[in-house]
Amino acid sequence: MPERRLQAENLHLWRGDRHVLRGVRFAVNAGECLQITGGNGAGKTSLLRTLSGLMYPEEGSITWCGGNIRRDMQAFHADMAYIGHEPPLKPDLTAQENLHYWIGVRRPLPIDEINRELGRLGCDQWRNRPIRTLSAGQKRRVALAGLLLMAAPLWLLDEPTTNLDTEGQRLVGTLIEEHLAQGGLAVAAIHHELAVSSAVIRRLELSSK
Amino acid sequence: MSSTGTSALEAARLTLARDIRLALRKRGQLIQPLAFFAIVTTLFPLGISPELSRLRDVAPGVLWVAALLSSLLALEFLFRDDAQDGTLEQHVLSGQSLTWLLFAKTVAHWLLTGLPLAVMAPLAGLSLGVPVASLGGIVASVAVGSVALSLIGSIGAALTLGVKRSGALLSLLTLPLSMPVLIFGARATELAIRGAGFAPPLYLLGALAVLGITLAPLAAAAAVRISLE
Repeated sequence: MPERRLQAENLHLWRGDRHVLRGVRFAVNAGECLQITGGNGAGKTSLLRTLSGLMYPEEGSITWCGGNIRRDMQAFHADMAYIGHEPPLKPDLTAQENLHYWIGVRRPLPIDEINRELGRLGCDQWRNRPIRTLSAGQKRRVALAGLLLMAAPLWLLDEPTTNLDTEGQRLVGTLIEEHLAQGGLAVAAIHHELAVSSAVIRRLELSSK
Repeated sequence: MSSTGTSALEAARLTLARDIRLALRKRGQLIQPLAFFAIVTTLFPLGISPELSRLRDVAPGVLWVAALLSSLLALEFLFRDDAQDGTLEQHVLSGQSLTWLLFAKTVAHWLLTGLPLAVMAPLAGLSLGVPVASLGGIVASVAVGSVALSLIGSIGAALTLGVKRSGALLSLLTLPLSMPVLIFGARATELAIRGAGFAPPLYLLGALAVLGITLAPLAAAAAVRISLE
């Protein structure tokens, strides 16, 4: 299998009259995390959505393990986990039920595995409570459990530490470090510094012009 | 999807089960179209005339217009919540066929709206003075016609995803496409009330439903992809 590597070449994206991405290029290898920074409206979320295949750039290409992602989008998506601003959790379902559906659509998932990851994220107490009764930080933890359960080598994370307390933010750093140590890759759009060793961090600053 | 992934059928089953579970936990949303159908069909006799022969004449039109509008009421929610909370994005990124997942959601919509309307249709029919012998034909026509209505509606619901207060636009898009269902449905009901053979319009309704099953999920998936960009 070719080495895991995500590469973007000369990405240009327009939203109406706005030129959001202007020739963005980068490469991330296995064991590395790309931290995307930039002010509001700089295009961090648009870049992540473009990398995930949800948006089509007008110019440029994205390659995963050496192949253009557009050639086999299904295979690329099977290797990728994307968590946006809002975790895809239904307020009327419990944390456990939400994960059973969200991840179960991708791969068969025993309840034990869900409970194990929820426990790892400190969600044991509220795993059977409806999501609408949880705080924003608790929901974020449930979403992070979903991220782990997807078992994908490539993580695309949009503000993964939003609403988390200090301990939660450290936990995100630990999860990313463990993921990278297992040969995974991460691309995270974030306002604050990630609690991840600087040796594995690469940075990309997007300008809001 | 890779060989270790969930099969398309299992993914569809999970989607169907989740949507039904969610609907049962949000009963208000579930009951709304059924209550609307019951209210419209029971108010009509009060507004027109208690004369049974007259009510029987208008019964096909009343039943079908009420069924069409009730189905529309629930359509607005078909994909909207999933779009707002990012579930549809995850569907696109799941490695599963979006067409298949949206079809499962449309089946859930029919089970929660179309099928209960068909079950309620005999009661509504009796309040409009239709003969008991015609109830089987009425149930069959509403059951088959509502399949077509759900499928046609899924295209409209997907096309209006990115639009705020999309209800009016959804009606504008969906109602013209639903006219054949209304016409053939009302005709089948009318023939059933008269005690004549209602099979021809019922077959046409079936044909519309099959056409919908073939094309609507593909169109809805394309529209959802565009709205998510």
